[in-house]
Amino acid sequence: MEKQVLVVFPHPDDEAFGVSGSIALHIENGIPVTYMCLTLGEMGRNMGNPPFANRESLPEVRKMELQEACKALGIEDLRMMGLRDKTIEFEDPEWLANEITKAIDELDPSLIITFYPGYSVHPDHEACGEAVIQAVKRIPASKRPKVECVAFSNDCVEKLGEPDVILDVSSVQDKKIATIEAHKSQTAGLMAGMKKRLQANEEELMNRIKYEQFWTYKFD
Amino acid sequence: MDPIDISKVQPIIDRFVGKDVYIHLETTNGAYASHFNEKVFSAGAYIRNGKINYTRGKITGDGPYRAGLKIELGWIYAEGLTHWELDAKNRLLMAGHDTDGKLAVALQISETPFE
Repeated sequence: MEKQVLVVFPHPDDEAFGVSGSIALHIENGIPVTYMCLTLGEMGRNMGNPPFANRESLPEVRKMELQEACKALGIEDLRMMGLRDKTIEFEDPEWLANEITKAIDELDPSLIITFYPGYSVHPDHEACGEAVIQAVKRIPASKRPKVECVAFSNDCVEKLGEPDVILDVSSVQDKKIATIEAHKSQTAGLMAGMKKRLQANEEELMNRIKYEQFWTYKFD
Repeated sequence: MDPIDISKVQPIIDRFVGKDVYIHLETTNGAYASHFNEKVFSAGAYIRNGKINYTRGKITGDGPYRAGLKIELGWIYAEGLTHWELDAKNRLLMAGHDTDGKLAVALQISETPFE
């Protein structure tokens, strides 16, 4: 049983598809979850079709969507870190790791969820995961929290093996779908197609909703 | 945003001629382009709050549209523009959305810095 969970992702909606079910389960079990979201996804390409947002209004839209998603999941401690989308890898890595260290010192999480550096495709994901790992490495090995990582690069199973943590989140799938829907500027197009497929009980998609998978980070 | 109508956008481009303005210029095919299709070469560029002063500016084409701004020692241009808006802060926002509605290019002009 965890005592405190810290989730660190760079973009609003990074939590939606692969992690929101796990977050909902932790919260239903009475475990506090803090979500550090590094940016507001200012550089997102989905604006609605026809567009209802633009490059300048998107941050505010996505901020409200993120708050809506947190409400759906029951996250009470959302920390928007004010960095800018697509610039994380250009920040000073030491500074970024320090920000994570501050949160770890304050919250003393037993579990941290982030992206697996090297296996998470988007440069912001990689830099985010890297900063978390750097921060955790500063802690003596015996005192480190567990770090469960999301990986989805095309070579992740080949290089990392199968994920070692698989969670059945079907009991909270309504909350998960509500979370995905909350990010509607980014997911509305996708959801329209997905709803039909879910109604048809399409197995592969159902499994993506019902199960979430993580790779526990192996230090050294 | 509205689909571009040159007769509406050109006068707004002209409004900024000879003024110190801030530019947002961006092109992208998305951070996932080569993840979904390894044959795709992912490329993009981004300038936010470049301070410039242009002597002429023009939007042209049959749609998608192209816009060029002539600056003292050179040029700024964007192609693939489909939508525009003069927002509440009097900033000219132009963007190009692909067939899925995803932003592929943006050129924006403002007399005050973008946040």
